[in-house]
Amino acid sequence: MSALASLRTMRRPAWLGPFVALLVVYTIFAIITPEHSFLRSQIFLTMARQSVVLAICALGMTLVIVTGGIDLSTGSLVALTTVVVAKMLKGGSSPVVAVATAVAVATAVGAFVGVCVGRFRLMPFVVTLGTMAVLRGSAIGLASEQKIDCDPRGLDHLLEASLSAPGIWIALALAALVAIVLGYTRFGRHVFAVGSNEAAARLCGIDAGRVKILVYAISSLLAGIAGVMEFSTLTVGDPTDSVGLELDVIAAVVIGGAPLAGGEGSVLGSVFGALLIIVIRTGAVHMGMPSWVQYIVTGVIIFVAVAVDSARRRRTRS
Amino acid sequence: MNALVVSAIEKSFGPVDVLRGVDLEVHGSEVHAVLGENGAGKSTLMRIVLGLEHADRGTMTVGGKPYAPRNPADARRAGVVMVPQERTLCPHLDVIENIVLGIEPSGPLGVLREKDAVAVATRALALVAGEGRIPIRARAGAMSVADQQLVEIARALAQGGESARVLVLDEPTASLGKSDADRLFERVRALKESGLAVVLVTHFLGDVRDHADRYTVLRDGKVQGSGDPKTAPPEQIVHEMLGRELESVRGEADAAKGGAGYRGEAPGGGAETLLELRTVAGVAKPRAASLTLKRGEILGIAGLVGSGRTELLRAILGLDRVKSGEVVVTAPRGMGLLSEDRGGEGLMLGRSIAENIALSPRGPLFVNPSHTRADGARWISELSVRSSGPDQRVGDLSGGNQQKVQIARLLREDFDVLLVDEPTRGIDVASKAQVLDLLRELAGKGKGIILVSSQLDELVSTCDRIAVLRRGELSASRPATEWDEEKLLLEAAS
Repeated sequence: MSALASLRTMRRPAWLGPFVALLVVYTIFAIITPEHSFLRSQIFLTMARQSVVLAICALGMTLVIVTGGIDLSTGSLVALTTVVVAKMLKGGSSPVVAVATAVAVATAVGAFVGVCVGRFRLMPFVVTLGTMAVLRGSAIGLASEQKIDCDPRGLDHLLEASLSAPGIWIALALAALVAIVLGYTRFGRHVFAVGSNEAAARLCGIDAGRVKILVYAISSLLAGIAGVMEFSTLTVGDPTDSVGLELDVIAAVVIGGAPLAGGEGSVLGSVFGALLIIVIRTGAVHMGMPSWVQYIVTGVIIFVAVAVDSARRRRTRS
Repeated sequence: MNALVVSAIEKSFGPVDVLRGVDLEVHGSEVHAVLGENGAGKSTLMRIVLGLEHADRGTMTVGGKPYAPRNPADARRAGVVMVPQERTLCPHLDVIENIVLGIEPSGPLGVLREKDAVAVATRALALVAGEGRIPIRARAGAMSVADQQLVEIARALAQGGESARVLVLDEPTASLGKSDADRLFERVRALKESGLAVVLVTHFLGDVRDHADRYTVLRDGKVQGSGDPKTAPPEQIVHEMLGRELESVRGEADAAKGGAGYRGEAPGGGAETLLELRTVAGVAKPRAASLTLKRGEILGIAGLVGSGRTELLRAILGLDRVKSGEVVVTAPRGMGLLSEDRGGEGLMLGRSIAENIALSPRGPLFVNPSHTRADGARWISELSVRSSGPDQRVGDLSGGNQQKVQIARLLREDFDVLLVDEPTRGIDVASKAQVLDLLRELAGKGKGIILVSSQLDELVSTCDRIAVLRRGELSASRPATEWDEEKLLLEAAS
């Protein structure tokens, strides 16, 4: 391979693939929807609002997957957060205290997972599989096996149907923040190093365990924030909410160009991956397609994303 | 001035005493070679010096000050850095990111200062590679092994910073061709002259004689000798490394050679052809390789690093795609590969010896574990693998013993053709002779063997015929009796 060609493959940003896929899928829906209603700003806004929870979770999952880990507890954690928020509001706490407590609980869970993975070197898949079950059970127990109705006391405005919905802007700000942390800080560099070659990172004096603890804590903190957003749309605490959300989140990150082996990944790619999933879902609903179609389309896109990525990798290597 | 002093270091892993009171003194501005067989304790000693392990007893000083590193970061702060034997770059990061890994210049909130990073990395690279030889934005995973090695040394120096006093190089030339190795030692000499103490852990006596100022030999966890390698006769150093074993090993080797009766008795035109290659080309390498392998012979393949030796074997076996040409396999019991990458693809390091040996695509549907163990035990005694038994994890064995396990697996399969890639890499002198004699013996029993080795003496003494691979093109083979090391090197390097 010539030097120029290798330069080109090197510089091609990882988010380009998912971005193109997003454009293509969106264009297809825009063409096939009756009267091109998919182009209306109302739909656009709906999708933006629906993307918020998935996208915020995908930010954290990106960090986790770049270290070569995985987090299966995201869905349960989101559900638990809605329950904690609702229960506190119902108990008379102010929204600020309720949100802060819920996010703190989520972060503590992440720190625990991080300690298991980073210090005791347990497999992240198994640790978070266990965490997923424990959190789901805790949420159901805490909510006494039912939804918790409460006065949302303004939290429902976080994702109201308007462009000024704070949730959308919070999600964007968080995405920018995580992108900066990952791309332009020491910590971000260490996240990549740990995922690329953990032994090398340790040899260079990087405390790989500490990096992982922080990564899982940050990821769960973000899942906690996503849970607050979820509460905002639900306006109740629902312990059976978001079952299987973690699989969508992982799909978003994988579509976004991060291999599960770690060492690679980008925030922008993951955000595009999340948007792509939501566009497919919304488009399918809009077209009146049955839900099994969107599952299959999403699945095919995951295959295509991985195939394209692996082809690119093989080309770069030879 | 002593840069590093190690006194009476002891270390055991469980019941095994790996180090039994080791003393070592390394001065500034010298290259100090640490020699020893596999399992002599070199690696453990170096891991202790680097803070990756902790000594049970004993003390160390660096620059006259007490030194007890708890981790590599401690060692680095004291100015002790190492380039380990296996490559330890992050393949996804670029050269600069790798060099400043763990010491990234950064401002408030840990925001990276890219310009400073480039400056630090370029300065370190200039020490080891000269300006512009290595593209600083290339991904480490896409670089040649030789360049990765240079980047690792640059990283070690950058991380030692201004205070770098001791540089440990563990088998730095094991995966390099001669010209790359020479270039490396040129740099090592420059570093030494700038005042650095260099500890060179190696198997290559030639490197020691040419490039070290002093040597220390370890055997069975103890220092067995030390001196100036330029005045000490090689026989004495080898004796210190092997102890009493040497005579008996030689005797065995000679007996085996006599038994196999090989030189000049290569099979005639009548022997059955097992394998034929007709201008085989892979995707990048090899470019053109033709050969014929007959029953009962060893065909040697010489070539510099990067000439496509491993790629040739992989193409023959079908592990890599063959772009053009033909591989005609007439061997009834098929072919097996002994990989040069023992840990990566040759063995399951986390599984037991018996399981590794039994690993096979053939075999019964149900496996009786006690049969597997018994079979493993038989091979262990057959090839005298030094182990605690067939249940021991292969990853816990020394390099030479791991290699024997890999060979045992191929022998159990009873392949007709063995493709053997660097069978003696990183294993001790005694094991080397055993491995090579074993290959001769197998050829004598009717196997066809293709032997790839960067040890030219090995090829000349073991093979019936030798062909030279040069930039992906394989020359016609000639009888080994017509070759010597110099001719081979000349042919390969021209």
